[in-house]
Amino acid sequence: MLRGRLLKDKIARHYMLTATVVSIFVLFLIGGGLFYKSLPILQEKSLWTLLTTSNWRPFKGDFGFASYILSTLSVTGIAILIALPLSLLTSIYIIEYASPTILRYFSAVVDLLSGIPPVIYGVWGTLTIVPFISENLAPHFVEFSTGYSVLAGGIVLAIMIIPLIISILIEVFSAVPKEMREASMSLGATKWQTVKKVVIRKSFPGIVAATVLAISRAFGETIAVLMVCGNFTDLPKSIFDACYPLPALIANNYGEMMSVPKYESALMFAAFLLFFIIVIFNIISRLVLIQIDKRYQL
Amino acid sequence: MKKLEEKIFRFLMIGSTVLIFSVLIFILYVILKKGLPSLSWDIISKIPSGGFYLGKEGGILNAIIGSLYLIFFSVIISLMISVPVVMYLNFTLRRKSKLASFARLTFDVLFGIPSIVYGAFGFTVMIYFGLQASLLGGIIAISLLIIPVMIRSIDEVAILIPNELVEATKSLGATNYETIKVITRQLLPGISTAVLLSVGRGIGDAATVLFTAGYTDSIPTSLLQPTASLPLAIFFQLSSPVEEVQNRAYAAALVLTIIILILSFAARFFSRRLSKNKI
Repeated sequence: MLRGRLLKDKIARHYMLTATVVSIFVLFLIGGGLFYKSLPILQEKSLWTLLTTSNWRPFKGDFGFASYILSTLSVTGIAILIALPLSLLTSIYIIEYASPTILRYFSAVVDLLSGIPPVIYGVWGTLTIVPFISENLAPHFVEFSTGYSVLAGGIVLAIMIIPLIISILIEVFSAVPKEMREASMSLGATKWQTVKKVVIRKSFPGIVAATVLAISRAFGETIAVLMVCGNFTDLPKSIFDACYPLPALIANNYGEMMSVPKYESALMFAAFLLFFIIVIFNIISRLVLIQIDKRYQL
Repeated sequence: MKKLEEKIFRFLMIGSTVLIFSVLIFILYVILKKGLPSLSWDIISKIPSGGFYLGKEGGILNAIIGSLYLIFFSVIISLMISVPVVMYLNFTLRRKSKLASFARLTFDVLFGIPSIVYGAFGFTVMIYFGLQASLLGGIIAISLLIIPVMIRSIDEVAILIPNELVEATKSLGATNYETIKVITRQLLPGISTAVLLSVGRGIGDAATVLFTAGYTDSIPTSLLQPTASLPLAIFFQLSSPVEEVQNRAYAAALVLTIIILILSFAARFFSRRLSKNKI
């Protein structure tokens, strides 16, 4: 009887340990696998050439990622510029000013926004943002724009990363001890002064961590951006031009690259690049957030 | 001056809160308005017939069933991995152990990896094993994507289980495994929330299944056949120049949105139930 129970316990323990180790190992497996696959292209061309040239002619063996990298950076940049101020203002309002009821309702809004699949954001973007840009916005600045542009990608992406930033910021702001706010108020500071000089200053590392996480999320977003940014291989000259971010490049070409030597390797290198940057960004911001958690919790 | 600044910022804060709220409403409104006129019983109950992509008869049943197959098997696989992992981290290892913190960091990082990377990696693994784009490939890729979602979400609840419960079962002579059986019952609402969350994440993701599951007009009858999925049905039909086909993409988008809304409300319902039963 006891032996049977102990045996079950032993089997369960081994199974749990295996499951844990294997799933941790997945991270290294993905990194290793993508790196191994991108070796052929790295052996042929230097990392510097791959990253800084913008000639993309797979059939001639030219693989320059510069315009894709620039597209990714500009779309992400716009997304952060829009999303960060909005998320900051909103989460401060939710935490510092609004009633608990509003907090509860708003957390439902955040959940829903983060639950909407990328492809739905893509559909919405092509239906609203793209025509708005091409008909109403772009004519004021440039002669012609299809609307499928850096700006459209940035706006759609901004809405997609807002729930992520807000949910982290709400946690970060709530971690600031109440006593600090009270101390500041009792010295005669107004609510806003307290927010500005105490809450924001205290949670600055958390704000940075949230931003870095949002950047890494924006880097990797594929389908929604692909649907609204035009996918045109050239250096975008203005935010009304089409662009072609890295994930879209992988998504559009991956099925068909088998016939061209080195093409697969080049696309795998793009995936590895995304993976590498995102992992580093994630580790940094998670470590910061863990520190914040430790400092304020018992 | 102080008062004015306070006023301006309060205005900006309320403004941005309202803006975010209205964007959500606007998205749902546009999807509903575009999707509803094209949504019909035919669309959700028929598979594509001849000339479907030129605007003729047929529906997206292949995509709906395909998505359900994909997510069903992925969730089973993910549960078999995530539940043991969470149990191990919380109730077998000591709570402050190094391995547990390292594992949590790893799952946080895995959570942040974009689906396109999972898709690309899944595809390489498939090529390595000589698999074609298939239901099985899609299941593997989606499992990779949702395992971190599930682990993190169950872990959040498991952390709240009081140590006394663990100690009480152990003091009665229960083995670690028996203790975990008791705790699993306590965790059930948390596990259901986690399942709903990961279904939402997995069913709507296009980038993972793009290379791994392929696309087909029929409903797969074996694990090795390719399968259609809702997000790809939307994606492919939207890029068609034919208006009827585009309209069907909107209808498919509405179907997917409704599924996501139901899942989201169900998840909230379960997590509220959970907080009521908390010991």
